[in-house]
Amino acid sequence: MREKLLELKGLTKAYPGVVANSDVTFTIGKGEIHALLGENGAGKSTLVKTIYGLVKPDTGTMLLDGAEFRPAEPKAARASGIGMVFQHFSLFDALNVAENIALGMENPPPFSDLSSRIKSVSETYGLPLDPARIVGDLSAGERQRVEIIRCLLQDPRLLIMDEPTSVLTPQEVATLFDTLRLLSSKGTAILYISHKLEEIRTLCEHATILRLGKVVGTCDPRETSARDMAEMMVGSKLHTPTNAGKKAGEVLLELKGLSAPAPHRFGTALKSISLSVRSGEIVGIGGVAGNGQDELVAALSGEMGTGAQMIFLDGRDIGAASPNERRALGLCAAPEERNGHAAAPDMTLTENALLTARTRKQLTKNGFVDWEKAREFARDVIAAFDVRTPGPENAARSLSGGNLQKFVIGREIMQKPRVLVVNQPTWGVDASAAASIRQALLDLAAEGAAVVCISQDLDELMEISDRFAALNGGELAAPRPTEGLTVETIGLMLGGAHDMEPAHV
Amino acid sequence: MFKLEKRPQPSKVWTFGAPILAVVLTIILGMGLFAILGKDPILATKVIFWDPLFGEFADLDRPDVIKKAAPLILIAIGLSFGFRAGIWNIGAEGQYIIGAITGAALALSFYPMEARWLIFPLTILFGALGGLVWAMIPALLRVYFKTNEILVSLMLVYVAEVLIKAMAIGALRDPDGFGMPGSRDLRRFASAANPDLITGSGIHLGVVAALLSVVAAYIALTRHQFGFDVRLAGQSPRAAAFSGVNPSRLILVCMAISGALAGLAGVFEVTGPSGKILGSFPTYYGFTAIIVAFLGRLHPVGILLAGILLALTYIGGNLAEQSLGLPAAAIKCFQGLLLFSLLGVDLLTNYRIKLRSKGKAQ
Repeated sequence: MREKLLELKGLTKAYPGVVANSDVTFTIGKGEIHALLGENGAGKSTLVKTIYGLVKPDTGTMLLDGAEFRPAEPKAARASGIGMVFQHFSLFDALNVAENIALGMENPPPFSDLSSRIKSVSETYGLPLDPARIVGDLSAGERQRVEIIRCLLQDPRLLIMDEPTSVLTPQEVATLFDTLRLLSSKGTAILYISHKLEEIRTLCEHATILRLGKVVGTCDPRETSARDMAEMMVGSKLHTPTNAGKKAGEVLLELKGLSAPAPHRFGTALKSISLSVRSGEIVGIGGVAGNGQDELVAALSGEMGTGAQMIFLDGRDIGAASPNERRALGLCAAPEERNGHAAAPDMTLTENALLTARTRKQLTKNGFVDWEKAREFARDVIAAFDVRTPGPENAARSLSGGNLQKFVIGREIMQKPRVLVVNQPTWGVDASAAASIRQALLDLAAEGAAVVCISQDLDELMEISDRFAALNGGELAAPRPTEGLTVETIGLMLGGAHDMEPAHV
Repeated sequence: MFKLEKRPQPSKVWTFGAPILAVVLTIILGMGLFAILGKDPILATKVIFWDPLFGEFADLDRPDVIKKAAPLILIAIGLSFGFRAGIWNIGAEGQYIIGAITGAALALSFYPMEARWLIFPLTILFGALGGLVWAMIPALLRVYFKTNEILVSLMLVYVAEVLIKAMAIGALRDPDGFGMPGSRDLRRFASAANPDLITGSGIHLGVVAALLSVVAAYIALTRHQFGFDVRLAGQSPRAAAFSGVNPSRLILVCMAISGALAGLAGVFEVTGPSGKILGSFPTYYGFTAIIVAFLGRLHPVGILLAGILLALTYIGGNLAEQSLGLPAAAIKCFQGLLLFSLLGVDLLTNYRIKLRSKGKAQ
């Protein structure tokens, strides 16, 4: 048993209508890599925010090295040796690495000092990073290193990491894990939050599982199967997506040399993408974010105009068709960003149902909206995809990210499209909901639809796709059958070297 | 201390409560203002809000309130579509003036023919078309050359103002007017006149059109695909593009609606209450309508009430000026307070105020 670093005793935090944490008690040892597991809304975020001084508990206490620990704000938590790397980076693209790090420090040293300190920390922990580089040019993995180094410069005793691997390639994940193990061996404890249970099994030595704000179990992830952990999180048997034997039919969607200029300054140009997707087939497209995923979805959904003779549905050129004309022909899409793109946050779920389903579900008649029918469709989506909300008249922004994601994906799937294009379908969604979304995609394909699934979650692509292709710098490599591909091969397909960067042109 | 907390969704109570609270606040603040100016605050408030509608001479004032409210409502309804979609037509005043010119020009070209069944509808149609065409200038420039519609539409107001002055002493000048500027009085041209439907009531066809526009806008916004697209484009432009809303078409349609309704207001005004094309025809209805649109929270029913309220403060303000010697600036200030408190109170719809007790924070 390790020496105690941080003890949480009976932490409770209630918000109007929901108890986020209820009597949470556990201990993190010195140098321990401790996993915090739970579904969306289980209370993980609230708990780490409490430790980091962003949330004040209603009752309960924390002990740091045996002394009472009540951080009033993150500054106090950092001063006591707590560091946190958030899921979303807070970096300025236009500034260089050292400047970004200095911005996050209370008393930044002169730049020459800082640069040499950054260099020494990055060398010590195997995090290669040049302090003079502009952050806008860094890959997601390198950006994360900036955040980690920013924490390490404060000599933390506990490092909290929230979903750190969701944007990394397998090789980058391996590098990160080496760093974390090194930190642990030097006595820094790590509180690690992730939905990826296999990662937790390779990295963590202890796991605390939260469900509905309560600690429902602890385990040693090295000796517990991912399935068992998932079932502890969900509190019931986990359903694994099954791929009912299917036969690829005729080609539904065909891209022939699809090219398009970058739609904005930080966008990616699509370069001569060719792909054909057959009925009954799921093609998985992997790649690090920012390599043309958004642009590919926009070109397919009809949101971004493309030239003629590039996109064919059933052999028919649909390059000039509007989004609704494409939907009428059976092509539906779900972009990655839920708030403000796939859904309008200030509108109700009923209105958001109308957003894409007006054509296929015949929600309008002579231009007049049949609200009762739209509400009915929204209700169906809510029920079928287990969207946690009081009802379809609630604003989309009142839903948690994972729940809104379920709604957005469900809305497209329930329109029974013939071709479905999804980007990051399970992003931010918990294990059981992710499994049901994947199952729905498989079922859709089994019914004869062609599915294009763009994702950064390689496990997901391995699980559901029949063929896999990598998108890199706006270019799509020729797809290969998923069967027999190893994670390592895929990682190489995505761009190769462990220090990969998206190609910049 | 106070702390603002964003509501998970807009409060239903405050959506309706906020404007009422704003009016109450304005009256309280206004009473303070009047008291400082040495006037009886209760009396001043009564003269402004009560007398025009229910006072001793209300029979004379009420038609004025109606005549002033109708064009404000008609123009504001048109503007509300664009404003909801993030398309800023600031030049309704210009479209209003052009509508009056084109409508009057058409009517006068038939003078003195007697064929009301033909001339009156054509006059109204040309008024609407004039406003529409004038609004298409900034709209097309925006769509094809990415110019800023705020600047272009605003500058076209000044062009329209010069144009109407030129018309008053040029092409449309009354040939029997002994060289005086100004056109023939359309109220005396039976084929094109827009008189009160019931003499002395102030209710002319423009008032009917304003009420119809409120109903039509309400139906469009709540029941029709177009209203949904407008709201969606305003709230989440990317979601609108994903949904299939064509931004260029939306700009053209919204500008066309606001231009046509402003033109309508202009032609009803020139054939009715004002009667003549004159250099002094500009009335700032086009600009005041922007305030009406926002005061009414871009909602048709809100705009109806806001139009009446603003017209009331004009007429009541005049009364207070005459009978109590209240300075005109105080009335302007009072109208400003109204907009100010509404925008302030608006916060409550999306945020709630929480009391933060100092002791418990630690």
